[in-house]
Amino acid sequence: MNVLAKTLGFSVALVVAFGAVAYVLPQMEGPAPEQHVVNLDELTMESFVAMGEDLYSGKGTCSLCHNALGRAPDMLEFNVTEISLQRIADPNYEGSAGNTEEYLRESMLQPSAYVVAGFGTKGSNDTESPMPVVDKAPLGLSILEIDAIIAFLQDKDGEPVSVPLPVATATVAPVAEVTASAAPQGPEELIVKFGCAACHAVLDSQAALGPDLNDIATRLSAAEIRESIANPAAVIGDGFIVIMPEFPAMTVGELEMIVAFLTVADETL
Amino acid sequence: MMAFITPRRIRRARQSAGFLATVPTLIAFVVLACGGLATQVSAAEGDDAVTGVSADEHDVARTTAASLSPAPTPQREDYPSIGVSSRGIVWVIAQMHLFFGALVLAVPIFVLVIEIIGFRTGDDRYDDMAHEFMKVSLTAYAITALFGGTLALALFLLYPHLMSYLMTAFGSQVLVYAGLFFLESMLLYIYYYGWNALRYGNRKWLHLTLGLLLNGVGTTLLVVANSWTTFMMAPSGVDPETGAIVGNIWEVMKGPLWNPLNLHRVIANVAFGGAIVGAYAAFKFLSAKTPEEKAHYDWMGYSSNFISILAFLPLPFAGYWLMAEIYAYSQQMGILAMGGILAWLFVIQAVLICTILLAGNYYLWTGMARSEGADRYRWAIKYIATVLILGFLVWVTPHNVIYTTAEAVKLGGGNHPVLGPLGIMPAKNIAVFLMLICTFLSFQLYRRADKVITVSWQYWGNALMASIYIFAIVNIIFAGVYYGYFTNTVYKVGSSVIQVMSTVVVIVAGVVIDSLMFRGAKTLHVSWGRVAERSQYALFALPIAFTWLMALMGYVRSSVRTHWHVYTVMPDKSADNFIPTLQTVGNMVTLVTLLFLAFLLFIFWIANLSGTRQLPVAEDARSQHAGAVT
Repeated sequence: MNVLAKTLGFSVALVVAFGAVAYVLPQMEGPAPEQHVVNLDELTMESFVAMGEDLYSGKGTCSLCHNALGRAPDMLEFNVTEISLQRIADPNYEGSAGNTEEYLRESMLQPSAYVVAGFGTKGSNDTESPMPVVDKAPLGLSILEIDAIIAFLQDKDGEPVSVPLPVATATVAPVAEVTASAAPQGPEELIVKFGCAACHAVLDSQAALGPDLNDIATRLSAAEIRESIANPAAVIGDGFIVIMPEFPAMTVGELEMIVAFLTVADETL
Repeated sequence: MMAFITPRRIRRARQSAGFLATVPTLIAFVVLACGGLATQVSAAEGDDAVTGVSADEHDVARTTAASLSPAPTPQREDYPSIGVSSRGIVWVIAQMHLFFGALVLAVPIFVLVIEIIGFRTGDDRYDDMAHEFMKVSLTAYAITALFGGTLALALFLLYPHLMSYLMTAFGSQVLVYAGLFFLESMLLYIYYYGWNALRYGNRKWLHLTLGLLLNGVGTTLLVVANSWTTFMMAPSGVDPETGAIVGNIWEVMKGPLWNPLNLHRVIANVAFGGAIVGAYAAFKFLSAKTPEEKAHYDWMGYSSNFISILAFLPLPFAGYWLMAEIYAYSQQMGILAMGGILAWLFVIQAVLICTILLAGNYYLWTGMARSEGADRYRWAIKYIATVLILGFLVWVTPHNVIYTTAEAVKLGGGNHPVLGPLGIMPAKNIAVFLMLICTFLSFQLYRRADKVITVSWQYWGNALMASIYIFAIVNIIFAGVYYGYFTNTVYKVGSSVIQVMSTVVVIVAGVVIDSLMFRGAKTLHVSWGRVAERSQYALFALPIAFTWLMALMGYVRSSVRTHWHVYTVMPDKSADNFIPTLQTVGNMVTLVTLLFLAFLLFIFWIANLSGTRQLPVAEDARSQHAGAVT
């Protein structure tokens, strides 16, 4: 009994001592993604930038690698606008961006378009970036969220924010929802989902409030269609007025699916 | 940010899995063949009878149907609740199952080795010891099965959508697993109960074959179960957009993390199992009444410690491979574990591993008292102890701590100007590899303690060994300092390879050189049982630290999935889909370790009880009377 008591006492004391170490360490919790409803009517550029900052270190997990430890360029340490323009001017640059905003968006959606020397995936000779495509799982950032991060990165250096402030009410979907609902959703379902047929002639709709989308590709390139959806006020068709809303909750994947559908749909005419 | 999971990346990760894991892969391949066969048989016996479609059409139909069935996406209200944290329940039960599973799968591995040694040397002590080890394992086997069954029920009750998805992914493989479990049970019972009936001559060969089969089936069970775990961490054979199962069972199983985890768990299980039976031997030693009993259990404890530490030495390399593959699969996942919120847990890991190393070394140093020849090497102990303590201090130094702005200003930045550099991995790598080398040195000195080397070239042999130690230590320090602090981040990881190789060279060279130098050596008398009682507490510290460590690192491995049941394809929207605080983690790990300890004592008691025989009542009374008279 004496042996049992001694060994048991020693063992329990040691187990508890190990447990006590956890108490002297910083206590942090890794919160689960939450659904944030953003009232865009009340959104100011200041709060939009603040949202971008939260996303930078939160859901976007940018700061996990873009920090002083050198895993990726520490974007908080240099002027992002200046560096972006330098890289666009780099002879090795093969992307399609023409300004800082486009470069940052391209970096997030096509990280391997330009890989900073020394930061490529091991063995790729700096041709492949280890950075994820941010609108895919597990990050699943929406267009609005990507814009907010761009706004933050421009604002932190005192540069003018070129990203327009979103104007409609929308929901910033949490990571889980975006990726989980990556359930098979065709372009037709997306057109219904975003209510395109309410104003445009597309699918079975003959609506004429907006331009006919059945032959849109004969008039606009894929890039122009993309821009018209992402920023409806950019180009207004003759005889039409600006009533089309923006779709901040639309993911890049959804946008590309609709653009591809509209382009292909026309070819079948 | 994280590395995007491209098919190319997964392919590369799979290729780099290398030949080390060929054995479990081959074993599992046989299982998969059975699984695939079972799938086809069920298809043939089921739908074919009605529809008359061919097997190929079945495959196409299955693929098509599967591609239309995305991973389920249950919402919070879809999760059953029984009023207690579902994660907490599954956490405790799963961990208990893993503890006991590790024990019962590991013990037969080294038992077979000990049995072979006994067979070759003709020394019955090995055979008896191996048999006694199996007694502990056998008792634990039933408890493993009970926890396994309870775990399955808990998972189906609390996470039905996840289990439904996993069942879809793995199909009839789970039935193969169940079949293997029956086979494992039969082999285990025959192996244990047939021990004395198949003890000598040709019958021994039959018994050894049974042991080999038992280990083959046991390891296969392990690697099959591992595939479920690694599928949840790095799913393969699925459509990345929807989570629909598009691959066959082999593609689903053979994810990029499967083989690294297989290797890591096999080695870790042996170290863990050795430590557990070491505690059993220590308990028996402390309770022993006669010098013979003390000598037997002292020897048993020494053998257990030898097994445990020997298996522990290569464990960091297996862990390194696993973590490297996690990084290759998803940089975000790797950084979350090593540099994010979970990184703090590695401070506790440092405490635990240092406890293991200190306990293992301390046991060896005190054990030197068994041999008079040990006096020749005692001078080295204080230097080894110094390196171990310094290594421990470096390992537990955090890179930074949370402080106020005023404190940060006073400190002159985010990191301490002197201790800051010790907080990053290069310093810790130097510390851990030097500690491993020192532990091997303790072993080497212990092994030499009862020998007088007689070969003519002993001077040159010792000089060569010392040179290898010096070269390795310099190499480890240089690689760590130069690549860790004076080059780009990319090269930091590469420096670990140099350090690993330096350590491996020391161990391999040490074993080879000693084996050659021990030829014709004079063996001094070893007094088994002549060891301080306090040394036995080191044998208790080992399994406790191992148990805590297993639970902790298991949590880290599981937690890197964050809010995903199956990473990137099936989100976790349950009430527990967050990473808890370190205190909560510490409490849970402490709880499961204490529970395991309680069950372990029960097992020791049961194992002891089986060897107790009550005397006939009259004889018992006489012996008591005689005792009273004397």
